[in-house]
Amino acid sequence: MRPLTEEETRVMFEKIAKYIGENLQLLVDRPDGTYCFRLHNDRVYYVSEKILKLGANISGDKLVSLGTCFGKFTKTHKFRLHITALDYLAPYAKGFGVAAKSTQDCRKVDPMAIVVFHQADIGEYVRHEETLT
Amino acid sequence: MEGQSVEELLAKAEQDEAEKLQRITVHKELELEFDLGNLLASDRNPPTVLRQAGPTPEAELRALARDNTQLLINQLWQLPTERVEEALVARLPEATTRLPREKPLPRPRPLTRWQQFARLKGIRPKKKTNLVWDEVSGQWRRRWGYKRARDDTKEWLIEVPSGADPLEDQFAKRIQAKKERVAKNELNRLRNLARAHKMQLPSAAGMHPTGHQSKEELGRAMQVAKISTASVGRFQERLPKEKAPRGSGKKRKFQPLFGDFAAEKKNQLELLRVMNSKKPQLDVTRATNKQMREEDQEEAAKRRKMSQKGKKKGNRPGPGGKRKGGPPSQKGKRKGSLGGKKPSGLPGLGGKRKGGQHQGGKRRK
Repeated sequence: MRPLTEEETRVMFEKIAKYIGENLQLLVDRPDGTYCFRLHNDRVYYVSEKILKLGANISGDKLVSLGTCFGKFTKTHKFRLHITALDYLAPYAKGFGVAAKSTQDCRKVDPMAIVVFHQADIGEYVRHEETLT
Repeated sequence: MEGQSVEELLAKAEQDEAEKLQRITVHKELELEFDLGNLLASDRNPPTVLRQAGPTPEAELRALARDNTQLLINQLWQLPTERVEEALVARLPEATTRLPREKPLPRPRPLTRWQQFARLKGIRPKKKTNLVWDEVSGQWRRRWGYKRARDDTKEWLIEVPSGADPLEDQFAKRIQAKKERVAKNELNRLRNLARAHKMQLPSAAGMHPTGHQSKEELGRAMQVAKISTASVGRFQERLPKEKAPRGSGKKRKFQPLFGDFAAEKKNQLELLRVMNSKKPQLDVTRATNKQMREEDQEEAAKRRKMSQKGKKKGNRPGPGGKRKGGPPSQKGKRKGSLGGKKPSGLPGLGGKRKGGQHQGGKRRK
């Protein structure tokens, strides 16, 4: 278990910032406690200081997980965000979608064309039953 | 009124005295055992009060501690006192409790080579005097060591022995012999030490070329020879098809697990600020590397031009090896005080200069 290096922190923040934007600093600097990111076996965990101090007493090969797993670094050092991070990202999420047309096409297309896809899982239909027709 | 207050004061004073006395005197069934040298008091009274106290005996424990400490301090006040630099100090007696060993007993060391030999031969150490009369200086000098009696390296006149080369430096020979003796002694000491700790010495066992070495031995010898240079093998040339050795870089160092949380937070917030700022930040390492490469290229171009001119005009003596490095180029991005640090050096040294690396980043091409 070790803290993240500069490079790793940068890659991870860039990924997370795509989902929550500037609110990322609220994750880093929390009013209700000191939380930090630690790397263990290529996985990034978001732990409070108290849990970290307890977890440090467990030997590395026996430690499975601690705190919340935000994601992992792949063999080629890319960061993959995991679903376990959802609880922390949801309060700060930005609404967004995938562009359906390129920027140039967006300007030329008629007013009723689809420009953005809102990607969601199948459960969205159930969750937002009232608002969706 | 005043009379009343005086009476009240007296009564109060008496009450205070009684309380103090009560506090100071503690009644115990069994007397405590004191070891004042270790400031230790042992209470052998049965702990009936504690047992009756219930699940949280906090108050009773505190009372017990207070009583025992009071008794200990009463004992301390009875010791002989002295004054040390304006402070009254009690002189503690010798400690009577024997504390156990902190570390385990040292295990018996194996004998050194000399000790084994001496034991075998039955040689006993002869008692020798520390000082010897030195005729040369006319005083008593040590038998060995600094300013010793017969130091042959300090002689000012050495006759050339009959069989020796007349041009040989006898003084240097003596000093060399002394150095070799010292080195041999040191080697033997380390060997004895290694034997005592059962460690392996890094030996040059398979390194001398015999005719009969296996492929692995030769490989090992080659590896050792390769890294036995001043730069630990960094600039050694490789054969055309030879592969680079893997895992020969520096071991990575990470921040400690509980570093300074505040500092970590600050660094991360700074990183976020930079990421969100939308303005391209100056990467000092990249900028300096780019600058240095441009300067190297300029130097190389100039040298080529000079050599061409020299060849054309037929062996005209060129302007020597040293050239002041070209006009201070203002190209490329610069931050603050980089200009001050640039040495106007030899062109050949261009590649080895260290630019102003404020963050100490890696040199990235």
